[in-house]
Amino acid sequence: MTTAVSFQNVSRHFGPVRAVDRVDLAIAEGEFFAMLGPSGSGKTTCLRLIAGFEQPTAGHIEIFGETAEGVPPYRRNVNTVFQDYALFPHLNVIDNVGYGLMVRGVGKAERHRIAAEALELVQLPGYGERRPGQLSGGQRQRVALARALVNKPRVLLLDEPLGALDLKLREQMQEELRALQKRLGITFVFVTHDQGEALSMADRIAVFNDGRIMQLGTPEDVYRRPASRFVADFVGSSNVLPPDFVERHAGTARWASLRPEAVRVEPGAAGAVTGTVAARNFLGASTRIAIVVEGLRLHAVLPAGRVASGEGEAVSLAWDAADLHLMEDEG
Amino acid sequence: MSAAAHAVLPGRGGVFGALADLLWRRPGVLLFVMLLPPVLWLGVIYLGSLFALLAQSFFSIDEFSGLIRHELTLKTYGELFRPSNLDIILRSVIMAAVVTLAAAVVAFPIAYYAARYARGKWRVLFYLGAMLPLWSSYLVKVYAWKLILAKEGILNWAFAQLHLTWLLDLVLAIPVIGGNSLSVSYIGTFLVFLYVWLPFMILPTQAALERVPVSLIEASSDLGAAPRQTFRTVLLPLALPGMVAGSIFTFSLTLGDYIIPQIVGSSRLFIGQAVYAQQGTAGNIPLAAAFTVVPIVIMGFYLWGARRMGAFDAL
Repeated sequence: MTTAVSFQNVSRHFGPVRAVDRVDLAIAEGEFFAMLGPSGSGKTTCLRLIAGFEQPTAGHIEIFGETAEGVPPYRRNVNTVFQDYALFPHLNVIDNVGYGLMVRGVGKAERHRIAAEALELVQLPGYGERRPGQLSGGQRQRVALARALVNKPRVLLLDEPLGALDLKLREQMQEELRALQKRLGITFVFVTHDQGEALSMADRIAVFNDGRIMQLGTPEDVYRRPASRFVADFVGSSNVLPPDFVERHAGTARWASLRPEAVRVEPGAAGAVTGTVAARNFLGASTRIAIVVEGLRLHAVLPAGRVASGEGEAVSLAWDAADLHLMEDEG
Repeated sequence: MSAAAHAVLPGRGGVFGALADLLWRRPGVLLFVMLLPPVLWLGVIYLGSLFALLAQSFFSIDEFSGLIRHELTLKTYGELFRPSNLDIILRSVIMAAVVTLAAAVVAFPIAYYAARYARGKWRVLFYLGAMLPLWSSYLVKVYAWKLILAKEGILNWAFAQLHLTWLLDLVLAIPVIGGNSLSVSYIGTFLVFLYVWLPFMILPTQAALERVPVSLIEASSDLGAAPRQTFRTVLLPLALPGMVAGSIFTFSLTLGDYIIPQIVGSSRLFIGQAVYAQQGTAGNIPLAAAFTVVPIVIMGFYLWGARRMGAFDAL
């Protein structure tokens, strides 16, 4: 399989700040790749390094086997959907979408035809004459997508493209983006701080923290087998269990993660592990309860209607040994 | 204090308390009170006197007695089209246009730097640098320039030191805009105009550029536009409203100024000087008034044209 983007020991420093710190990365062609991390973790800088808005302080970047250092953004066959969409306010929708063709010298009729097609692709046919200011957030997002796709990029970069949308629209766009990517076969590189978004859309996820990749793997890998405490905590807010706790209940003195939905809760203090319910949060389809066990606050997510115990009551906890995932200490 | 505090607090009392409550309930009254003085000033004293002046332009002067005939006529406007008066108008308009263009060219990089890169103390320095010339007296600046540009001035001296006197002579030998020395040439007038009005171009341009998000420049580059194309298709259209606002200042101020061309430049008249001469020594108030109408009409056409070209689309 061809490698679309590769980072070899890439760093980007801003003064004393190491925004990206010795990152190695290989994104395959046609892959839907997510960069996940909290703000300031270096994921957006990585995206900007691919787009060409930033140059690496050290290391080597290749895009489809070609060296990317020193190549300006306008000579890279890579397009970006910006977080704020960055639509040109003085141009109408069709000219926004056709901008990439215009600067390449494509004639007006031809470029309007292609731009209209792109608008149809993102389900905004007939919006060409409007100004960006007249569109809703979701529509702007689609225009930004059409504008980035019109140049037929080999890699499409998306910088938190769904961040400004409300929940329902976001879920709809997630499905559409995924379907669009499968249909076009373009490599998508997607930056997000929303673990749910990354898990549901990506083929592979790189979890960033402090400018470094903490873990790189499939959503299933990252979710079920977090490599470190940071990943366990950041992706799906797992219960991070300290070595002494794990030693008492599993026999090894290592850090471990236990997914909230893997915890079984029974009323009464009859079981091997017992605790007290500290809080209950109704989430709709499920209920999340916090239980204090041996001075540790654990969370369990139970299907709605299965929670019998109220706050302050004693409960017993249980889980399958296979769900207790041992981790490295770092992070 | 009682256990149950009042949900509605008692009024502050007094005239001011009652007044504050009234104005809060009737915001329209507050707006009226605030706007009345400036509207009166603008409407009566400012625009009123301007129209009184303009009305004068429809009177004419009796050529024998030199007295003003208070009958409405377009005769005075006809006088504007005499070759000598047309010359004055044309000279002023060309000068204003050239000064405006040059100011836009000089101001843009400065404004761009200030909007895009200057932060913290550099930003303060920029504002100081742009505003400082406005703090000192206009007359002092113009006379200072006369000394700088004079034959015995520092500019001539600098050219001599660099053995470039021939270059200066070459420039001064250009017909029409050249002359004996910079201080008595159109080039000199142009330089002083440019210097004096430049802040009025820099500040609005900077304000317009500051409102252009960096992501737009990046998006343009991302979509394949070379820097030159980004400048022409994104940056310039978005900066244009600011530059047009600046050009309104530089253009109209140059058009009406009568001091700079009198101190620095050839002795040929500009509109401002013509107005000054007509209303003063010549005592021809109607013609002076007609001359003042010229810049107003030109500015009207200028703004209309700018709007037609879409200069305000990005506003």
